[in-house]
Amino acid sequence: MPSALINVPKKARRGDVIEIKTLMSHIMETGYRHTASGDVVARDIITSFTCRFNGQEVFRADLFPAIAANPFITFFTTATESGKFEFEWIGDKGFSETAQASITVE
Amino acid sequence: MAVTRHPTRRDVVRGAAVVAAAALARPALAQAAARIAVIGGGFGGAACARALRRLDANLQVTLIEPNKIFTACPFSNEVIAGLREISAQQFSYDKVAADGITVAAQAATKVDAQARTVTLSDGATLSYDRLVLAPGIDMHFDGLPGYDEAAAEKMPHAWTAGAQTMLLRRQLEAMDDGGLVVIAVPAAPLRCPPAPYERASLIAHYLKAKKPKSKILVLDAKDNYSQQKLFEKAWAELYPGMIERIALSQGGRVTSVDPATGEIVTDFGNYTAAVANVIPPQRAGRIADIAGAADHTGWCPIDPVTFASKLVPNIHVIGDAAIAGGIPKSASAAAAQGRACAAAIVNALAGKPPETPRLDGACYNTVAPGYAFSLKGIYQPKEDQYAEAEVTTSPVDAPREVRQREAEQALDWFRTITGDAFG
Repeated sequence: MPSALINVPKKARRGDVIEIKTLMSHIMETGYRHTASGDVVARDIITSFTCRFNGQEVFRADLFPAIAANPFITFFTTATESGKFEFEWIGDKGFSETAQASITVE
Repeated sequence: MAVTRHPTRRDVVRGAAVVAAAALARPALAQAAARIAVIGGGFGGAACARALRRLDANLQVTLIEPNKIFTACPFSNEVIAGLREISAQQFSYDKVAADGITVAAQAATKVDAQARTVTLSDGATLSYDRLVLAPGIDMHFDGLPGYDEAAAEKMPHAWTAGAQTMLLRRQLEAMDDGGLVVIAVPAAPLRCPPAPYERASLIAHYLKAKKPKSKILVLDAKDNYSQQKLFEKAWAELYPGMIERIALSQGGRVTSVDPATGEIVTDFGNYTAAVANVIPPQRAGRIADIAGAADHTGWCPIDPVTFASKLVPNIHVIGDAAIAGGIPKSASAAAAQGRACAAAIVNALAGKPPETPRLDGACYNTVAPGYAFSLKGIYQPKEDQYAEAEVTTSPVDAPREVRQREAEQALDWFRTITGDAFG
């Protein structure tokens, strides 16, 4: 099972508004729960998501404990030129994942 | 209760009240036999109508159901897989009528909760003292772009038994070996939550014997489902490599379909099916909405003790249409609700306080001939909603004899619930 799912259109016309969808498998443990013996279950969440296009940041989100498991993030951007989207998720316990997808703009 | 266009009894009573004092009108009401209308002749409605007559033979009970023959959903997955004929699923209302229940073979088109009348498709109007809505589900076509009634003729849901069941069966029979069968599963709530997985199992059984190069893909808008470990174990044992499931968190939610091309689109992929079984989101049968008993969710909020609608007076809602908390939308739960609702109505008419129901529900899943498992639950109101008081699921590790025995029990269970409702 891939941990990151990405949906970026393969092709777009210059100036088109395109939708980008991402899903990262993650437990998103809030840090507010307790075990049966009363111990706190340590927080384990994704804290930040970034999308860069050809090296330049186009979207960023901070994530918090209220966000459910397997965060699904979708956003829009404008297709300006052909290139590469890079996605990065960073979180607690040294969590770090990346993914990428290319687009051809005509 | 006779179908009538005459002035309603309420009108007569209202007229009488002009003459008599209100205090005098009330005993008059209590003496006349109360008229109960039940809309929907499925497991819930039929069980409720019969229980009403059993509890009080003076009640005038009318069951409003447009279909002259009822086609049962439980075991209809076996029909799809060619293991059973549709006729084994079909029941008439003759025995229900023989109980002294008036069976009106009409659709209810309108409910006036203030006037306490139901309008039927032939234009007749029927008055009631209490109305029970047991309309089951309708497909929520707006909930899945590309899917509508016409699309269902190409990509059957087969989520109401009958013509849709047979359409899906014929499509499977016509499919070439090596074809991809896609089953699209909606998010909860849906009728019979484990049924998509039972269906995948039984279609795999058919394909293994007849078209062994074929595969099944389950695109699921849920991450977890009822009796999941039992299904997964059975699939590994009986149908290795044949069934793939993509869960919600792996991108399994179907976002649109194209009946012209057979394409099924999720957030992260496109799939082209040889046979597409698209189960759309659902909501309470349309008459519930017309009556004003359904809320923004499309389902009907109820008082769990009496099944009284929280939105409209003198109307009770049972079965799949009701928001019943932990109770799954299943045939046996609907029948249990029907019986409990009947008791609540009889108590209310007699001016007695309601008793707190304790409902039984059982659900059998057959994954191959002679291989079944089950979930049995007892449900009770807790605060303002139904909760599971006790749930027993078949053990994950059990010898085949246990599965065989449960397959036999499943058949007995079907005979019992259909006998209770229609026999």
